[in-house]
Amino acid sequence: MVRHSEFTPSGDARSALAEPEPLGVRGHAMRTAQLSAWYGAQQAIDGISLPIAPNRITAIIGPSGCGKSTFIRCLNRMHEVTPGSPRVNGHVYLDEQEIYAPGVDPVRVRRLIGMVFQKPNPFPAMSIADNVVAGWRLVGGYRQKNLDEVVERCLREAALWDEVKDKLHQSGASLSGGQQQRLCIARALAVEPEVLLMDEPCSALDPVATFKIEDLMLRLKERYTIAIVTHNMQQAARISDYTAFLLAGDDRVGRLVEYGPTSEVFTNPRDRRAEDYITGRFG
Amino acid sequence: MPRDAYQRELQHLHDQVLILGSMVDKAVDEAIQSLARRDFDRARGVIDEDRVVNGKRFEIEEQAIRVIATQQPMASDLRATVAILYIIVDLERIGDYAVGIAKITLMHADKPLLKPLVDLPRMAEKARDMLRRALDAFVAHSVEPARAIAQEDDEVDALYDQVYRELLTYMMADPHTIDRATWLLWVAHNLERIADRVTNICERVVYEATGQMVEINVSTY
Repeated sequence: MVRHSEFTPSGDARSALAEPEPLGVRGHAMRTAQLSAWYGAQQAIDGISLPIAPNRITAIIGPSGCGKSTFIRCLNRMHEVTPGSPRVNGHVYLDEQEIYAPGVDPVRVRRLIGMVFQKPNPFPAMSIADNVVAGWRLVGGYRQKNLDEVVERCLREAALWDEVKDKLHQSGASLSGGQQQRLCIARALAVEPEVLLMDEPCSALDPVATFKIEDLMLRLKERYTIAIVTHNMQQAARISDYTAFLLAGDDRVGRLVEYGPTSEVFTNPRDRRAEDYITGRFG
Repeated sequence: MPRDAYQRELQHLHDQVLILGSMVDKAVDEAIQSLARRDFDRARGVIDEDRVVNGKRFEIEEQAIRVIATQQPMASDLRATVAILYIIVDLERIGDYAVGIAKITLMHADKPLLKPLVDLPRMAEKARDMLRRALDAFVAHSVEPARAIAQEDDEVDALYDQVYRELLTYMMADPHTIDRATWLLWVAHNLERIADRVTNICERVVYEATGQMVEINVSTY
């Protein structure tokens, strides 16, 4: 696995390639600058500036209540549709374009920056195939021939095709938890996102299903930029290239405490609080 | 503090390393004493005791592997566990050098020592002093003492040079002394290697405390 010693902005990374970018390699970078978010009067995160490197997996870890889910939901403007008078301040950039800029359509943002949630949530009344293209239909795909191609491509990318190709018209709810989660990943991929956000995608899955999702993520990062919130420290250590550690202070406001290459964060964290969390001394 | 049982396991590992360290420290002392006094029972004691040393090393290794498998140590805990895995190898090797010296004692069964020992006990004392202080640094996670101790390897190397030159003069003056002079040279070599192993331990102490892998002092030999 390629490990960058430091964050490389996508522009530099691509200009460093001697050959033209191969088809399908996207390499979209995100970053936040001084990102803060509130639920009503209660601030949840404060001033988080974090790079999310292209074609890499960035893990966001931290104890419960540190704001990591809030943070990731700000990355595709989902925080603002959360109940509880949500508010966001600061900047989020996708390829240096501000996604909170006036005139930016939040629906388009969520198409480019897909999200997979903790609990697999396929549409129970829809078939497996219909689940895959549910979001894709909404953004304007409808030709039948093309549709079959999209279903197959996405299920293959989500490493689910071989398991479901003979029952594409059965209900999505008939699948196991791990399969359902991969179905949700296929659904997220159908709208051709540039970035995949994953909010504890394995916490409801058994170890075998978890390892399948992890293998899948390692393959997906060749095409997509991935940020994952996880409670599972070993998972972050196993699959991510970069790790960000968030921690809430006594004021219950989450802040970025440590960020760096995963191999360094997990062997030699700079911050005492990150060390204590990673070694299990608190949290 | 959460994970009390885990913390106790890590502490136990540390304690076991100290026990192994004191076992090989004693072995080196016994070996050099057995030579100085041509005490063959004592030499055989060192050789027999090495089995216990080796057993202790495997016991610690198994415990460390169990901690990795069951507790997934991270960050400083991971560095400590890995450092311990390396340190016990160096300690066990120090025990083997003590055995090497004890075997040389036994070679003297029907021959007197070439000369009364002067520099060899000094080398042994120096190496043992370095070993004990390296283990202290290991317990205290002290980087600077560890670096300083490793530098003292040069003193042991200098003593080795001195012993070598002195033994050469014996050999040149009287070829009949060549076998016994060579034996003593082997003893000096074993002691020199012990100090090198202590240097390795110091490097692990630095790694455990800082995460930096550095070669502190490259031995002349």
